[in-house]
Amino acid sequence: MKIGPSLIIGGALFALAIFVGVFAPWLAHTDPVMDANLMNAEEPPSWTWWFGTDAQGRDIYSRVVYGARISLTVGIVSQLVNSVIGTTLGLTAGYWAGWWDDFVNGLTNLMLAIPSLIFALAIMAVLGPGLTSLLIALGLTNWSFTCRIARASTLSLKSQGYVQAARVLGYGDLRIMITQLLPNMLGPIIVIATLGMGAAVLAEAALSFLGLGIRPPYPSWGSMLSEARDQITTAPWLSIFPGLAIFLTVLGLNLLGDGLRDILDPQSRSRRT
Amino acid sequence: MLSFAIRRILQTIPTVLAVVLVVFVLFSIVPGSIVTNMSDDGDPQIEERMKKQLGLDQPVYVRFGTYIAKLAMGDFGTSFRTREPVTTMIAKRSWPTLQLVFAAMAFAVVIGVPLGFIAALKPGGIIDTFSMFVAVSGLSMAKFWLGLLLMYLFALKLGWLPSFGYGDGSLKYLILPAVTLGVSPISLLARTTRAAVLEIMSADFVRTARSKGMSETRVVKWHVTRNALVIILTTVGLQFGALMGQAVVVEKLFSWPGLGSLLVDSVLQRDVPAVQGSILVVVFFFLAINLVIDLLYGVIDPRIRYS
Repeated sequence: MKIGPSLIIGGALFALAIFVGVFAPWLAHTDPVMDANLMNAEEPPSWTWWFGTDAQGRDIYSRVVYGARISLTVGIVSQLVNSVIGTTLGLTAGYWAGWWDDFVNGLTNLMLAIPSLIFALAIMAVLGPGLTSLLIALGLTNWSFTCRIARASTLSLKSQGYVQAARVLGYGDLRIMITQLLPNMLGPIIVIATLGMGAAVLAEAALSFLGLGIRPPYPSWGSMLSEARDQITTAPWLSIFPGLAIFLTVLGLNLLGDGLRDILDPQSRSRRT
Repeated sequence: MLSFAIRRILQTIPTVLAVVLVVFVLFSIVPGSIVTNMSDDGDPQIEERMKKQLGLDQPVYVRFGTYIAKLAMGDFGTSFRTREPVTTMIAKRSWPTLQLVFAAMAFAVVIGVPLGFIAALKPGGIIDTFSMFVAVSGLSMAKFWLGLLLMYLFALKLGWLPSFGYGDGSLKYLILPAVTLGVSPISLLARTTRAAVLEIMSADFVRTARSKGMSETRVVKWHVTRNALVIILTTVGLQFGALMGQAVVVEKLFSWPGLGSLLVDSVLQRDVPAVQGSILVVVFFFLAINLVIDLLYGVIDPRIRYS
């Protein structure tokens, strides 16, 4: 097993984002919402204000640090929901086949036909803005790829000797799926989940930017960028730092996903090199 | 080929119907009636009259039946806000979106495919490492952030291009939005092309061609490129869907008068017929583009039979 630079750099960036999110209250200099002071409005980055201040005089560094909590919560939780839905549907469809398989296939095709950001936008329109709505919207719209992989893995695994043996030993369907099939398909599913987390962080930022996700004054990186747009000429630092935070977090997740793929999905490695 | 095209069109009908159903059902369960949101004073009599006007007093299944029947005639209903036919609104907005999406994809193909090719010809080299790093970076960037930075640099600082708007529809207005939108397909195309070329380079027929003494240029031109094209074309087709989605954000950032900004504005104003209509048209465009790509497979690779 070779640990490549992607895995190390990606893992380090993701670990840094998690660290910042978890220890935000200790790392932040001020309260990200309450500590507004118009006397300090639109200060450029300096030793006092590391990332500068916004139009209300709030410390951008503290807001970026707290923003990590929202972005990572959305990324991790929504992708977890996607992975559970996708794996359950794909595993059961591949195992039971018949009408259930046809139904799941139809559902997957439907999901693939509607661009996921537009689907999420429609769900947000129905549920209204907020963290819970974001988790639901992003958790329900990006499972089709996981489902396809889980289904394909199940189809190839279920005829294997050890699965047949488990059946002969009297294992029930559920037990075979959980103890025999699931552990053998986890590799590619973890890889997709890592990449999907990055996509969810970007989607959260996009929806918040459009005014449908996290609403100001709460510090989400997307909503901070939305607020920053009008001050791009007078205070460009308002746009630079939240965008950089999104970029580094998603870059970390994408590199981590690539690195994990080389280790957990050896078939794809042989395809790639 | 004609029978294949007809069969493929027929195959997409259930998907289109399912999308119509999902979009309709989704907006029929909106908590808090649209009418309550629209009438400021909450007078029950006014609400009742508005419901009747908008046809919302009928049961859901009757509304769905009417909606499908109207859709079949190309009628998307009337906008709750502007009272304009949604079909007219969509017709005005479709061309700018298609212009933007195709320009972004053309930009991505022109940059991404050669980048992937060069990377694959010397795997592990400096160009390979650099281009793959650029590719991952492009995928990790929030489109609107990149757009903001490009706008700041090229429009506000250097003054080379207009910062937003459609203007007279000329190329200079299209450049910044198209480049912003095209960055993530560049990354994906570069990565896919690299993977495809690497795989084809190690295939038996390439080894055979080389052992027969065929020059490297001819091997790449005749064997590798043609075989990689099918995979590249598939990626292009699938990426159109993602681009249609991301166009929403880019259009909003650059005040581009396309379907995406119509969708966001309608969502924010709870204009249900306009939201339903724009989503359906986006899905329709995506399915249509993929149908065309399916038909192109056979032109590029004669081994693919339309059976």
